[in-house]
Amino acid sequence: MKVKVISRSADEFTRERSKDLQKVFHNFDPSLRPQEKAVEYVRAVNAAKLDKIFARPFVGAMEGHIDAVSSMAKNPNRLKGIFSGSMDGDIRLWDIASRRTVCQFPGHQGAVRGLTVSTDGQVLVSCGTDCTVRLWNVPKATGSESNGSSENSSKPLAVYVWKNAFWGVDHQWDGELFATAGAQLDVWNHNRSNPINSFEWGSDTVNSVRFNPGEPNLLATSGSDRSITLYDLRMSTPTRKIIMRTKTNAISWNPMEPMNFTAANEDCNCYSYDARKLQEAKCVHKDHVSAVMDIDYSPTGREFVTGSYDRTVRIFKYNGGHSREIYHTKRMQRVFCVKFSCDATYVLSGSDDTNLRLWKANASEQLGVVLPRERRKHEYHEAVKNRYKHLPEVKRIDRHRHLPKAVYKASVLRRTMNDAERRKEERRKAHSAPGTSTSEPLRKRRIIAEME
Amino acid sequence: MSEEQQDAAPTGTQQGMSKELDAKVKKYLRGSVINLEVVKDKKLKGQLAVREELYGKSASVAANAEKWLLPTEGGYLEAEGIEKTWKIRQEAITQDVGISSQKNQFDIVLPDLGPYTIDFTPSGRYMAAAGRKGHLALLDMNSLNLIREMQVRETVRDICFLHNETFFAAAQKKYPYIYNRDGIELHCLKEHGAVLKMQFLRNHFLLSTINKLGRLHYQDVTTGLMVNNYRTGMGSTDVMQVNPNNGVVALGHSGGTVTMWKPTNTSPLIKMLCHHGPVSALAFHPNGHMMATAGTERRIKLWDLRKFEVIQTLHGHASNLEFSQKGLLATSCGSRVEILGNFSHPNKYKRYMSHSMVKGYQIKKVLFRPYEDVLSIGHSMGWSSIIIPGSGEPNFDTWVANPFETSKQRREKEVRSLLDKLPPETIMLNPSKIGTVRPYSKKEKPSKKERESEMEAAITDVKDAPMKKKTKGRSKPSKVASKKQEGIVRAKRPFLDEQMKEEKAIAKKKQKLAEEAVLPKSLQRFARKPAS
Repeated sequence: MKVKVISRSADEFTRERSKDLQKVFHNFDPSLRPQEKAVEYVRAVNAAKLDKIFARPFVGAMEGHIDAVSSMAKNPNRLKGIFSGSMDGDIRLWDIASRRTVCQFPGHQGAVRGLTVSTDGQVLVSCGTDCTVRLWNVPKATGSESNGSSENSSKPLAVYVWKNAFWGVDHQWDGELFATAGAQLDVWNHNRSNPINSFEWGSDTVNSVRFNPGEPNLLATSGSDRSITLYDLRMSTPTRKIIMRTKTNAISWNPMEPMNFTAANEDCNCYSYDARKLQEAKCVHKDHVSAVMDIDYSPTGREFVTGSYDRTVRIFKYNGGHSREIYHTKRMQRVFCVKFSCDATYVLSGSDDTNLRLWKANASEQLGVVLPRERRKHEYHEAVKNRYKHLPEVKRIDRHRHLPKAVYKASVLRRTMNDAERRKEERRKAHSAPGTSTSEPLRKRRIIAEME
Repeated sequence: MSEEQQDAAPTGTQQGMSKELDAKVKKYLRGSVINLEVVKDKKLKGQLAVREELYGKSASVAANAEKWLLPTEGGYLEAEGIEKTWKIRQEAITQDVGISSQKNQFDIVLPDLGPYTIDFTPSGRYMAAAGRKGHLALLDMNSLNLIREMQVRETVRDICFLHNETFFAAAQKKYPYIYNRDGIELHCLKEHGAVLKMQFLRNHFLLSTINKLGRLHYQDVTTGLMVNNYRTGMGSTDVMQVNPNNGVVALGHSGGTVTMWKPTNTSPLIKMLCHHGPVSALAFHPNGHMMATAGTERRIKLWDLRKFEVIQTLHGHASNLEFSQKGLLATSCGSRVEILGNFSHPNKYKRYMSHSMVKGYQIKKVLFRPYEDVLSIGHSMGWSSIIIPGSGEPNFDTWVANPFETSKQRREKEVRSLLDKLPPETIMLNPSKIGTVRPYSKKEKPSKKERESEMEAAITDVKDAPMKKKTKGRSKPSKVASKKQEGIVRAKRPFLDEQMKEEKAIAKKKQKLAEEAVLPKSLQRFARKPAS
């Protein structure tokens, strides 16, 4: 007879001294954990609820401007600083951590329409409706800066006066050039008082300009003739242009997939394009109920933030048709500019009410130092929620957002209008001879023409 | 080339090992891999492929962990030569096992207050014993210390622990009571009445009881809320068991039926006729797929709960049935305990061990101690404990049930389990249904009644429609009547058309079936061709 029996000595399974950690044993056998799916589901519901409880996205407002904030620029070399320009010609450098003005750059006579920082973080370029481009030296970071006691002001390195008012400026990612948008597209060098190159295609004003992060000589502009135009600085003429049904207010390139860009359009939608294939948008991002004024990609390239005339800020996935998040406060007015912070954890918005607002990119994210156990718990919650997100209870809690009454009503109205249009289209199709009426997807429908 | 070499020369042990590992991986995969070829949506396909890969990886990691990292090995008993395992007596086993296991063999003789019924905490560390004549005792089985002992001076029919050892419920003469570890009465559950049998649903924190009137009660012990109570309508019974896999409560009745209940359904989920006589005992395999029932007509039946079919029928009386963690089945009758094992085939139970108490002892309850190779027996003269090698799960999980739990760990676990408390709706026959989406089904046809009522409504609409007043004799009653009749016919027509179409289709189908059924295969080629 051979016999063996389970026998456990307490010494092996308990700690020796009271200062030791408790011994932990695992047995992953599913039969020890009955109803594990139900338990996971309950955890997913709880995680969704906790997310809602901890969703406190608003970090703080930065007040100081005395007119609406019209433009913002982030310093690619410094995480803490953000530049903002206002309608009265005031430019300020803010310290995000203390939410105070560090430095002011006085000089512009009219609204500051464009702000950008060179890639090395040394030079700030601003332009405005007073027909001037100003170059400023970015102050070095000092220890006293975080106190915010001294509001020092600096003088411009150079002032270049030109023929027309400017609507936007952007600096090349890798190089010395920057481009301004105005009556035409001008390309400037830091050291020359005249543009080294000018591009024109039609006689309409150029609204915004954005350099490609991957290919330094490539840039995209949007114009008031409802066009999006691509330029290559090595060529003498613009390369490609599409005309949409409504005007595009801003453009942002995806930093991780630099062939793609997203355009913020006047018709409440954002359109993601592949720059090589402009006849059809890759994705239409719907949710805003008024014109989208500005757009900025997260450095991760997985999501972008938009600010709209409907007084809300939304965050979209780069491939998602609807927004992941909506931010609004009672005091925030029309949003004119938005930026993702360089570490992808914060979102900044500048609005008509003269304030800059700082938001968390993930509404329920825990700020401060997160212990490894806490982090693991957050990750687990996220995973469980993701696994059961299609179930009605989890979905309902997860999707619910409180909307301002005006936005809610406007979205209901938009939905009914869209439905009516769709129905009409369907009926028209049903009553016409087969093959004579074709419907185009929304990705194509808003594009009028593509020119080369 | 290398693959060929590997294929050509795997040693026998390697092959065996990989087979063993494969079986383990299958266990941890918790179901089959989905067929990605069927999925048409490319995006979804990609996401699913990533998910499946992740599942496969985690399953293989878990299987490897089980193979190499588990600290304890399971027990076993093997006969040599002509020896038979069921002939081996407890005294023989005592001599071959270590001293720490020997203390698991004992008899506590308490002749006055029996018969005793017992219950264990899920970790197997604490035991509660209740004598019929009011003796309650709480014991620590690791140190074999008596924690608390008391006399309630009332009939006690059953005892069960709540979520941990600090609370237990006792079914007494008129009502069940909840006591804490110090023996202080916390609650008297008057609504339950004279309870015969109690079970605690750990994941749901529900105390389910069946009383003398055959009424089933579910009470939430965290909020004190009576979740529901149902009249079973099949007389009183004290055969009750919770399926550990899904939380469904099974009751065995005197008519030979077994009913299964959940707290959100007024009628039983399942009603199965298992025996010709009364059902005397009932037990569930820990994996929830197998049920054992015993009837007074000297049959013990093993049921497959996925198909509700008998797997095996054994002969013999059993007043108690109990499955161990590893799937051994203990049956008791009078003063004798038989252990059946399924070592040769998972669905074939054979004699494994047996044990006889002193003649005249009446066994009230048998219970395997979790995570130990021990069977505890409550009987008319106290309680006993015998060694059954290979019955318990050798490796515990600290986060599930820890026999060496400290009070701090216990407190922490209480909070955690309360956070994961399941709502009563999650009790269902197939617990893996949760989280799945109901498959898309075609829109069901309206029933005949619905169609008739629709037609009726259409006709009344026409009848009630006001007629225009017209001149030149066109509003004569006869004209109006005939016009209305026309309208009715017109309203009826689409419904009748549809009905006719359907009837035709059915007739055609019938004919086709009949032709196919009647004609032998060889003659089918002469059958009338359907008009194309």
